[in-house]
Amino acid sequence: MKFTLGIALALATAALIFAGMFRSPAAGGAVGIAAGTPILAPRGDSPERALSILLADLQRRNWPEAFSAISKTSDVDRASLIQEWMGTNGSLRAFSNLESFDLRPMHATADDAQIRAHLRWTTPVGPIEGLKDFHLVREGDVWRVVWPKIQLPSVPAQVVPVTYLRWDLVTGGSGDEWGSHNVDAPHVRIISMNAVNSASGAVVMGEVVNEDAIPAFVNVNATLLDGNNSTIDEESSFDRIAHVLLPKQVTPYRIDFPQIDPGRVKNVHMDVRATLVPASADPVIGVMNQKMDADAQGNHVLRGELLNQSGQVVNIPHVIASFYDGSGRVIWVSDGYVDQALLPLSSEPFSVEVPRTVADKIKSFHVVVNQYSLQRS
Amino acid sequence: MKLLLISAFAFVFLALVAVCGAQEIRVPATVSAGVETTISTSGSGEGTLYLLGPGVASKNQISLGQEVRLRADDLKHSGEYLVVVCSDSCRSAKFQVNSVQPARVVFLVHPSRVPVGQPDAVSGVAVPFDEYGNLVVAPLTVNFRASSAKETLLQRSARTQGGVSWFRAASGKAAGPVQVDASLDALTARRVVQQVASEPCNLRIKGQRTAKGIIVETEPVKDCSGNLVSDGTIVTFSATGPGERSTIDAPIKGGVAQARIIAPEPVVVSVASGVAMGNELHIGAKP
Repeated sequence: MKFTLGIALALATAALIFAGMFRSPAAGGAVGIAAGTPILAPRGDSPERALSILLADLQRRNWPEAFSAISKTSDVDRASLIQEWMGTNGSLRAFSNLESFDLRPMHATADDAQIRAHLRWTTPVGPIEGLKDFHLVREGDVWRVVWPKIQLPSVPAQVVPVTYLRWDLVTGGSGDEWGSHNVDAPHVRIISMNAVNSASGAVVMGEVVNEDAIPAFVNVNATLLDGNNSTIDEESSFDRIAHVLLPKQVTPYRIDFPQIDPGRVKNVHMDVRATLVPASADPVIGVMNQKMDADAQGNHVLRGELLNQSGQVVNIPHVIASFYDGSGRVIWVSDGYVDQALLPLSSEPFSVEVPRTVADKIKSFHVVVNQYSLQRS
Repeated sequence: MKLLLISAFAFVFLALVAVCGAQEIRVPATVSAGVETTISTSGSGEGTLYLLGPGVASKNQISLGQEVRLRADDLKHSGEYLVVVCSDSCRSAKFQVNSVQPARVVFLVHPSRVPVGQPDAVSGVAVPFDEYGNLVVAPLTVNFRASSAKETLLQRSARTQGGVSWFRAASGKAAGPVQVDASLDALTARRVVQQVASEPCNLRIKGQRTAKGIIVETEPVKDCSGNLVSDGTIVTFSATGPGERSTIDAPIKGGVAQARIIAPEPVVVSVASGVAMGNELHIGAKP
């Protein structure tokens, strides 16, 4: 009896160790590089299991294992795979990690399968979610992923002439005579404001224009007031606005008040602040082929392509779109980051989501592109 | 803190004056700032003179019955001064120190930038001060003049009221710097207001399909007075095709905004900047 418990514990421990050797990496596992290699590598004996192992290896940046899980029929080399997954040119992907994923089989036969992966990334600008469809084939008794051909953006060597236009700020010294070096702050104006209820709370949105002849750094704040004119909450537009506005430029803004019961709000106090900043008129980014569409899950999205018309790399493009109803009122503002860098004279696709509740009311939209370039930050 | 001490000092002396009988003091009715003056006292023997005024509080031993000199340094600030003389009793008298000739004109002009052709858009305030920094409240005539390279926008005289004179004027028709002067005798203060072009007017574009896409370009963008609109001003090009739309916010550079649009299908290209809309271009499909 006294040995029975010990033997049972030893057997249980051995069983757990054995199970651990063959355990497939779970979705939503640890972020970062996993240390060490399993003694017995897990096998992709089913499509879901094969893709799950591959994504876990990519998540851990275990490149040799990941590459071995890719079908030889894939037209992809290891360096391209790493570049695609890790990001290049200081793009948002280069600062992101795959946090977790969910798999959903779309189609399967005895020899091939289609699986849709819902990927959740952690990024410096917040969590980003995306869908990616994978094609898998059976090779012998294991399943492998057929990785689509990777087309990394490349720009031929060339000279791009640019008429350089920027504004520098010269400020007076403390010894200057009073009133002799005054430069007024830029004139900006809120041209529309709309407060709506959303699933997550109250949302205040609209548009701001720079009416001046110089660039402005703009921030919009909103204060929610109750029936007694007491402050319920105060928030700023944070990154849901293009902060640097050139003359006559219009930007959407959106301010979220999560967990605020819209029924309590009786008044909204808006405050727009503009300051003088040094700025550049470049790069110019065109928004091509904009159209309302549905994504793979049936969600309403605004799609298009960003076209960099200048000679400098835009590391992290940020798209902000305002949507109008038939009377021209802003009924929603969406934004989204593009995880690939925008190389000179090249384009990248983008899409921003539109809530189902407003999708049917949208009659037109306006897209602006905010950009972050590492050279200038 | 200084003001508090002076106030406390004044309170003590006023109390002394109230409880004591005293000698006669004769002070001048008015004194110019920064100018030495004298006061005379009656009686004999030693006494103490207290001088209280804006920015000064002093105590000196004096001989009663003789003239007492008040130093110019103690009388630099304009305003009301109190003299208290005490021996076995205290007496007090007040006199006024006035500012002297203006030595400096503080000139504030607003705004620093103004669109052309705006009524009552520019205002200026001139405030004269003497060499000791005292506001000169005596009525004076200030001459205001605003001029650009092409025209004189304003020439006006205004009397100061309570030490302040001002003007309000419309902006001119031509963009560029406007020099605004406020003159008071030999004194002149100068400020510069930048007149900028107003809203774009008669916005027109031209464009054609090339191997790299549709290249569209504005004609020189001017306001209704013919001034080139400031470089950097955003011009929005829109290309509307079957089911899709492309937009580019392009800044004006050298008076012209340019954009490249990728659209193989036939599109209608339109342009807008601020509240101004331009013409439309119909571009055919890519051959």
